[in-house]
Amino acid sequence: MMLRIKRVPTVVSNYQKDEGEDAARRGGGCGRNCLQKCCIPGAKLPLYTFKRAEEIPGDKCVLEHDDNQAPVAFLDSLLLGQWEDRMQRGLFRYDVTACETKVIPGRCGFMAQLNEGRHLKKRPTEFRVDKVLQPFDGNKFNFTKVGQEEVLFQFDASEDGEVHFFPDAPVDADSSPSVVAINVSPIEYGHVLLIPRILECLPQRIDRESFLLALYMAIEAGNPYFRLGYNSLGAFATINHLHFQAYYLAVPFPIEKAPTRKVTTLGDGVKISELFDYPVRGLVFEGGNTLQDLSNAVSDACIFLQDNNIPHNVLIADCGKRIFLLPQQALGEVSSELLDTQVNPAVWEISGHMVLKRKKDYEEASEENAWRLLAEVSLSEERFEEVKALIFEACSYTLSEKEDEHLTQGAGDDKPPLEGTGSINKGRNCNMVSGTQECLVLQ
Amino acid sequence: MEPPQLGLIEQSFNSRYSNWAREALDELPDNFTITDPCISGHPIVFASRGFLKMSGYSRDQVVGRNGRMFQGPNTCRRSVMEIREAIREERGVEISLLNYRKDGTPFWMLFRMAPVFGKDEGRVIHFVAVQVPILRRRQRRRNGEGLCGEILSNSCRREVCSSSSVELAGVSAADSDCRALEIEEKCEASDTEKQLAATAISNVLSVLTHYSESTGRLVCEKRFGPSLVSSSLHISLGRIKQSFVLVDPHLPDIPIVYASDAFLRMTGYARNEVLGQNCRFLTGVDTDPSALHQIKQSIQAQQACSVRILHYRKDKSSFWNLLHISPVRNATGKIAYFVGVQIEEGSVDRHGLSPEMRQLSVVGSIKVAVRSSSMSYSIH
Repeated sequence: MMLRIKRVPTVVSNYQKDEGEDAARRGGGCGRNCLQKCCIPGAKLPLYTFKRAEEIPGDKCVLEHDDNQAPVAFLDSLLLGQWEDRMQRGLFRYDVTACETKVIPGRCGFMAQLNEGRHLKKRPTEFRVDKVLQPFDGNKFNFTKVGQEEVLFQFDASEDGEVHFFPDAPVDADSSPSVVAINVSPIEYGHVLLIPRILECLPQRIDRESFLLALYMAIEAGNPYFRLGYNSLGAFATINHLHFQAYYLAVPFPIEKAPTRKVTTLGDGVKISELFDYPVRGLVFEGGNTLQDLSNAVSDACIFLQDNNIPHNVLIADCGKRIFLLPQQALGEVSSELLDTQVNPAVWEISGHMVLKRKKDYEEASEENAWRLLAEVSLSEERFEEVKALIFEACSYTLSEKEDEHLTQGAGDDKPPLEGTGSINKGRNCNMVSGTQECLVLQ
Repeated sequence: MEPPQLGLIEQSFNSRYSNWAREALDELPDNFTITDPCISGHPIVFASRGFLKMSGYSRDQVVGRNGRMFQGPNTCRRSVMEIREAIREERGVEISLLNYRKDGTPFWMLFRMAPVFGKDEGRVIHFVAVQVPILRRRQRRRNGEGLCGEILSNSCRREVCSSSSVELAGVSAADSDCRALEIEEKCEASDTEKQLAATAISNVLSVLTHYSESTGRLVCEKRFGPSLVSSSLHISLGRIKQSFVLVDPHLPDIPIVYASDAFLRMTGYARNEVLGQNCRFLTGVDTDPSALHQIKQSIQAQQACSVRILHYRKDKSSFWNLLHISPVRNATGKIAYFVGVQIEEGSVDRHGLSPEMRQLSVVGSIKVAVRSSSMSYSIH
């Protein structure tokens, strides 16, 4: 009998109800001060507009906001202040700073938190996890249903190339605003949701424009400890309405410390490496001649994965200078022991930050257990090689002679040489594409 | 970001080490810098002659600046992160790093850093960083499991294929054809270079230890006794430009354990006059006792509160303080400090944020800093 990882949804908004209950209410005007047609007219929210960077983010971040010695950037300040304000107004389900947290001893530095209040107490609903792309369903909970008090500010590109802040800007439905809202069940201090073009009700899938917005947010915050994450459907996303998550934790994440091996450089200067000596296999994107180049490389890779039904997670780290892409295995057999901990290996867990519901699990948390849990969702080595090759094709790279040498010489001592890789890259055929779907359907 | 006042920089050095220290350090042939993590921006307070020559900058261009000024586009982000974490954890680190000279040319060097502890404070008061240029006689290909073995110039397949002959010769770090090489490839230091770094660190630390004796403010290489507000927390708090203090409710009379520069400017006191004191020194004849009572009650109830209270500066002038107080928990989940954020009534924020919002953002930054900095410590 095959067990499945049961997704345990968390409540992200105080207005989140059971699907059924919600549908029944949809009829009348809500009076809840939400973000739908009933309440939007006349609504006002703070608005932060960022400057579009023409050059690579590296220069800006290195010189100004590189590490924790630089002064707190304004967006950082704004977000933290708004978040603290909502804390003091009692909008969160619990005080996350009252949850004990620690670094698990070991060389990786996994982090564990004891949080008994995070998950729903009732029986979790099953969410269809075998399809990465699913159409938006207005009957289910989505972010237009959150109360406006849960929204911290609108976040969009500036018209005139300068950073602006308007404490009280009207919400203009026609301009398709993007917003930052609180997560009422936070994993850490400052846990927010970035919802691109919220009123368009986009389903949970990456597109170039939205990903670029997320990258801009990482850059604007200018804080290497403010990271953004994305979960595709099937990789433990809980809501099918396009959103990124973010929060503050001023310690390095294990995934950021993991060694990497350079794999290739794309024509537009984007450097792609792969993780090794880490429980989950994944790619790291850096560089790029422009910010758009970096953003598009990652977006295109995600689009490829979602079009081919491969669940995946994305972590934007280091002020947007390093982006991790982790494809996930379709849910396979998981030991019941791990299931009971109800840890869903989504982007934060994969990055090395685990939230545990039971004191026993917290006290017994070990690097070994954490590693084992995460390894469950990693693609196998073979599968990862296949997917990696397909991603490169999707990103339309040009393989120079130099990189060819890398691929053939870069193998470790205990692995078979990768000399086949070069030819696989050059001679892709349709069989590989059909092969991507076969292992993802749940038995 | 404005560089800190030169006065602070001078004082960082002069208050610790006697005048002869600079001369003694200037006599060392090594390349090194000394930084002060307690000054906002973690600036360089001393740079050796060798360092200035290596980097191509003058002393004025370096003192008061942060070490990131020597980094550039091809500097490995992971390495920068490792250094950052070593600073936060108050320990040493040794790592190869790509830096850039004033003329923009990159060069590899072995970066070795060690903390200097104040004997009385028990926390880090300076970091010493030594830089040994790595000569590119050989290149090691960095693969997953570590070094796969030295690739000598003539036998490296890549170099044979490459038409560049630069790699085949003994290239020194000063070679301007560095760009032709794969400078983002990690460059490992030789044993000799590592030895040089170890010796240099030792030299500098000896000088500092020796010359701290005459000032009475001894320094040492190892931590001496527990510290209340760690160096890493100091650094995080230093990023916050507003006026605030941290007080410790577990100590008798709830003393101030941290005060921001802005607080000192607002009140006119020096840091050593406020650390260890209860905040009541800010009150005076016309301060409303009920405001004080409200503060006391909130602390006892472990809750946040905002009061408008009349406070007095050192020069006896008074001002209306829009004071916000909030409990701050550490990684254990328990309250470690209370933060008090002061705003002088009538002051304006250039971004248009209300005083309340400004205060809350300070509280938020502090909560993140305190929680995160206590995660790695074994305080459980």
